[in-house]
Amino acid sequence: MAENQWPLWEIFIRSKQGLDHKHVGSLHAADAQMAIENARDVYTRRMEGVSIWVVESKYVHASNPDDAASFYDPASDKVYRHPTFYDLPDELKHM
Amino acid sequence: MSSSTPLLEYTLHLADDVLILGHRNSEWTGHGPILEQDIALSNIALDLIGQARNFYQYAAGLAGNDSGESIYPAGGGGVVTEDTLAFLRDGWDFRNSLLTEQTNGDWAKTILRQFFFSAFQVDLYEQLAVGRDTTLAAIGAKAYKEALYHLRWSSEWVIRLGDGTDESHQRMKKALEELWKFTGELYIPAPYERWAAEAEIGPDLSQLRVRWKERVKEVFDEAGLTYPVTEWMQTGGKEGRHTEQLGYVLAEMQFLQRAYPGCEW
Repeated sequence: MAENQWPLWEIFIRSKQGLDHKHVGSLHAADAQMAIENARDVYTRRMEGVSIWVVESKYVHASNPDDAASFYDPASDKVYRHPTFYDLPDELKHM
Repeated sequence: MSSSTPLLEYTLHLADDVLILGHRNSEWTGHGPILEQDIALSNIALDLIGQARNFYQYAAGLAGNDSGESIYPAGGGGVVTEDTLAFLRDGWDFRNSLLTEQTNGDWAKTILRQFFFSAFQVDLYEQLAVGRDTTLAAIGAKAYKEALYHLRWSSEWVIRLGDGTDESHQRMKKALEELWKFTGELYIPAPYERWAAEAEIGPDLSQLRVRWKERVKEVFDEAGLTYPVTEWMQTGGKEGRHTEQLGYVLAEMQFLQRAYPGCEW
């Protein structure tokens, strides 16, 4: 059965107000065209969006959770990377 | 008994077509070949039944305007509603075309049935939308977009299966043999359709037929299917003479309201 399965696709939807496409889930489809139509039927039936992107899941490369310590922890004590150490002139309002 | 008007009959015909096809499609819910397509076909079923509701609501208003006793069945309160029109009429009262009541068969037959109907429906609704009856025009304009998507969805499946594996191609050919004889009826006008065309409410079906042939041929070419030359067509549904299949649909669809009249849940 496994070899007869259609490939998995990751689905990204942009809502009417949204500027960016957000990952909403995944689904099976035989090709990109079908993936877009399936996404239309599965993920936009309650007016969730006005634009769809699909990417075959095998093309998404992810970081390894085992690397989390060396990847992300070193950033946690480097508050000087946030732009909060500047004295802003009074004339500057919306920062 | 008061007699029916052509406008009422025409509206009921439009309603019955989409109610029966919608019900047939809904039989797939929970049984689709894959979750995504189960949802796709269920969405289409809901679109069609939604269209049917709009037409029945209009028809119920028309039936209610009749002075005297209506020939259409009323519910407990003696009022004709969208529900009494759908659930309390008998087979010979239904004006749907034979194509819509045919059994689901396999996936190939279901999508080919949908394709044949949608290829007809898009042009019908486009014409309805510019017709002289404002209610039917409004329903047509809204439902036209739905029909366009159904046509796109079903066209792609016809191509996929027709141009797919040996087995999928054979299944499409078999579906074509079973359904072709019911396609001609779509374009042979019943008296109320002739009336609608003359009143400029609905389209002239002979003109729509030309467009339908083009649409079907285009998809068949891509699908590697041969456009049949058979000319003989089964007719009667639009005037209440149905195949045995409609009885099974009505038995399942109407059972609850007939066994427990007025039941709500």
